[in-house]
Amino acid sequence: MNQARAAILQRLRQGRPADFAVPESDFTVVRQRNWSLEERIERFQQKIESVQGQVHRVAEDHWIPVLIRLLAEHQINNLLLSENKAPAQALREQWHEDLPSLLSYQQPLEAWKETLFNQVDAALTSCRGGIAETGSLILWPDADEPRLMSLVPPVHFVLLQAKQIYATFDEVLREQAWVEQGLPTNALLISGPSKTADIEQTLAYGVHGPKALIVLLLE
Amino acid sequence: MSLQTIPLHSFDAGAQAALNNPQVRRNFRQAMDGLMSKRAAAFADWELEPLRELGAAIRLRALARLPELLEQLEANLQKQGVQVHWAQTGEEACQIIRDICQARGAKSVIKGKSMVSEEMELNHFLEAAGIEALESDLGEYIVQLAEETPSHIIMPAIHKNTDEISQLLHEKTGTEPSHDVDYLTASARQQLREKFMTADVGISGVNFAVAETGTLCLVENEGNGRLTTSVPACHIAVTGIEKVIEKLEDVTPLLALLTRSATGQHITTYFNMVSAPRQADEKDGPEAVHLVLVDSGRSAIYQDEALLDTLRCIRCGACMNHCPVYTRIGGHAYGTTYPGPIGKILMPHLLGLEATQDLPSASTLCGACAEVCPVKIPIPRLLQRLRKEAVDGDSLRPSRVRGHGVKRHWRERLIWSVWRQIHARPRAYRWAGNLLTRLRGLMPKQLGGWTRVRTLPKPAARTLHQLMQTRDAQTKTAQEPRA
Amino acid sequence: MSQALPPTPPTQVIFYATCLVDLYFPDAGLAGIQLLERQGIQVIFPQNQTCCGQPAYSSGFNDQAREVVLAQLEALAGDCPIVLPSGSCAAMMKHHYPELFAGTPQAQAIQALADRVWELSDFLLRVCQIQLQDQGQPIKVAMHTSCSARREMGLAETGPQLLDQLSQVERVEQARASECCGFGGRFSLRHADISAAMVADKAQALKAAGAERFVTTDCGCMMNIAGYTEKQGLGLPGQHLLSFLWERLNAEGQAPEEVGGRS
Ligand code: SF4
Repeated sequence: MNQARAAILQRLRQGRPADFAVPESDFTVVRQRNWSLEERIERFQQKIESVQGQVHRVAEDHWIPVLIRLLAEHQINNLLLSENKAPAQALREQWHEDLPSLLSYQQPLEAWKETLFNQVDAALTSCRGGIAETGSLILWPDADEPRLMSLVPPVHFVLLQAKQIYATFDEVLREQAWVEQGLPTNALLISGPSKTADIEQTLAYGVHGPKALIVLLLE
Repeated sequence: MSLQTIPLHSFDAGAQAALNNPQVRRNFRQAMDGLMSKRAAAFADWELEPLRELGAAIRLRALARLPELLEQLEANLQKQGVQVHWAQTGEEACQIIRDICQARGAKSVIKGKSMVSEEMELNHFLEAAGIEALESDLGEYIVQLAEETPSHIIMPAIHKNTDEISQLLHEKTGTEPSHDVDYLTASARQQLREKFMTADVGISGVNFAVAETGTLCLVENEGNGRLTTSVPACHIAVTGIEKVIEKLEDVTPLLALLTRSATGQHITTYFNMVSAPRQADEKDGPEAVHLVLVDSGRSAIYQDEALLDTLRCIRCGACMNHCPVYTRIGGHAYGTTYPGPIGKILMPHLLGLEATQDLPSASTLCGACAEVCPVKIPIPRLLQRLRKEAVDGDSLRPSRVRGHGVKRHWRERLIWSVWRQIHARPRAYRWAGNLLTRLRGLMPKQLGGWTRVRTLPKPAARTLHQLMQTRDAQTKTAQEPRA
Repeated sequence: MSQALPPTPPTQVIFYATCLVDLYFPDAGLAGIQLLERQGIQVIFPQNQTCCGQPAYSSGFNDQAREVVLAQLEALAGDCPIVLPSGSCAAMMKHHYPELFAGTPQAQAIQALADRVWELSDFLLRVCQIQLQDQGQPIKVAMHTSCSARREMGLAETGPQLLDQLSQVERVEQARASECCGFGGRFSLRHADISAAMVADKAQALKAAGAERFVTTDCGCMMNIAGYTEKQGLGLPGQHLLSFLWERLNAEGQAPEEVGGRS
């Protein structure tokens, strides 16, 4: 294996054309968006809705009733959510018996894989912001909101602060200083529910991941 | 209808079979028309040229420092707990993957889409070692059930229509026949979910490997890629050495180009960035992550300044979507892992020119591919270069592609040397032209495949040379210019 | 992408026929020459020109192509623009000659030659700023722009703009106008069946657009498509754009050759 490594690197070093001309990388075309907050929100909404994502603009202190209504609409019996994050705690405090039961990702996947795959109806996660240009949500799964929360249950709710909608991914990388602080185990951009067009180019949603992606946009 | 049995070298037979199959032709024409208009719409409000320039510049910058970036990528990944392996050939890569699987006692593997794994026929290799390998991308799954190979690098099952897929799923999995794509999709989801829960290892490809941060980026819509990289206890990513890019900021433009060029999407549903295995406090994700870097002919391409442009490719498939030849014959006709224009410029390096000698000539050099390529690979120029290599046709620039000179037959050489004798000497040319006009009545009526569908043009009664000679003599006497 | 205009309109040009025009379609060449002369430009026709070298070049026989190109270099000596009634041969001279000769002693001379090259319809439109008065009967015409004219020379709009100057000509647009007709030189023989499938689609698209005739600046495409429509009896003849334009400027039915002899 080390032999392969050495051989490949040597071939590359020796073979590299001498005067390898590299043009400048001019990033202007992916920068310079100058969108106002309202423009960013609108664009985000339009882009994510164009791929079947749902957006509900709600006042920051009013999202729980909206969520409750949506859970009922989607006939959801249980909701997987964080234990420690502030919004999840607020929700737990306001919860009562008649509402769908609340679950948390307390143990490693292996301990409850069957249940997670077969019995969880929906999950609610936070996110690190949105991207207007592509209608994307930025997620950094962690111990409290592990990766599969946003993937395995058929419905995924996301709380997004309107003022955290950036123009482009490029802007996110710079403003959130991703390189400087280092990337997590897994980082994600999620732009709509899971989909496929592999059968004769016909779109079908929910092929492996959620069938519905519902954004609660907090203003 | 399945074409997978056609041997590698028989491009003609593959093309013939496809041309004679109206179903295949309709499927491709429709699909390609759709993809072309979606791409055009997706770039409608972009300044496309500067974006493509940037895409090309990023890829070139990465290639310029390829060995250094590979080392940087490796160092960063290792620091983060990812194990990095190097393979000189596809077979070596298969062995590495098999060994990882066997060391874990793995019996089953679930796969996300990976063209490199197709290239090295990993599934067959693993199966021979007693390890079940199941494709999870819906298109790949369909193709695997049909025991075929992908006919397109982005949409593997694009050669099949809903009817055919319904029939296939019915035969192989017992799904009720249906025209309802949602139903068929849901059925496949159910079958695959079981496998995801039980698979011991997940194997994926990589779209971009970011050296600066040690990050493997995967672009997908279905979520099977995320499942593959998150559910099994072990994730093995496999990729060609050229997929490395220098910086994280390089991702934004490349991603913008990739998804719009491929399927006309402004972004895919998931952009999955993997930098490390599961940490002590985390509750999911693989406990082991491996990266297998495969050379398999790529470092040989790297030796040549012009050919090296081939390595810029980000595998978007736009060149095949826009290729008039691909549209007519589909992906299987090529008999190679990568079909279409990118296949024509890449496969001769991976397999040698003996096995691929028909590919470079199977193009009108119309340039539709280069016009849309998001990283501006000059595909026609590279085809031209490979044509030259196939006949060793340039004594000033020695050939270097494996198998070069394979088409240098004496008859070809004779044709071109006679052609040169005539066209490099004006008098010989004029004499031949005069002869042609005099023999115009005697021209053959048949000319191979040309006259099967077309008439043959007749030489003119007088060449322009002759007409102008007469005319110039006339005008010499009449001086007045015309208004 | 479009070529920079000369500061002052030239008074003299060299006409490069290309072998196909020379041997098969001299009327297109004559039409081009007369259109130039109508603009008051003196046209020089070097008798020593032969072929641009593309057939050998695109088959990979660079050595043979280079020798033929050197003969053209000699035949086309001078400073004035070189105009060609072909996008494909113009692209060969303009873009491929310099590649073929890169690093050779002739590189500079070849580049100077390449810089003088113009595709003729582009030259007429932009350099001569030609104004066309249509004398013909109403007709529906489709333009087929060759792939080299479109992509290598950047002339997708040129033919249509010239046709649109003609008041009696209704220009119809075929579906997938930018798709290749399937000629590709030896491709049409070596991969005859694929080529046949392509030309069939192209001819049908032109027909479906309602064209009575199609015009093009490249004789390869013309032989291919018109050969097909003729054999299939589609009633859709093809014509070189220059022949068509010249015909429209003069009473219909008058062949350019006769007109040429009149001066
Ligand atoms: S060659 Fe260009 S167009 Fe073709 S797949 Fe690669 S990047 Fe895409």
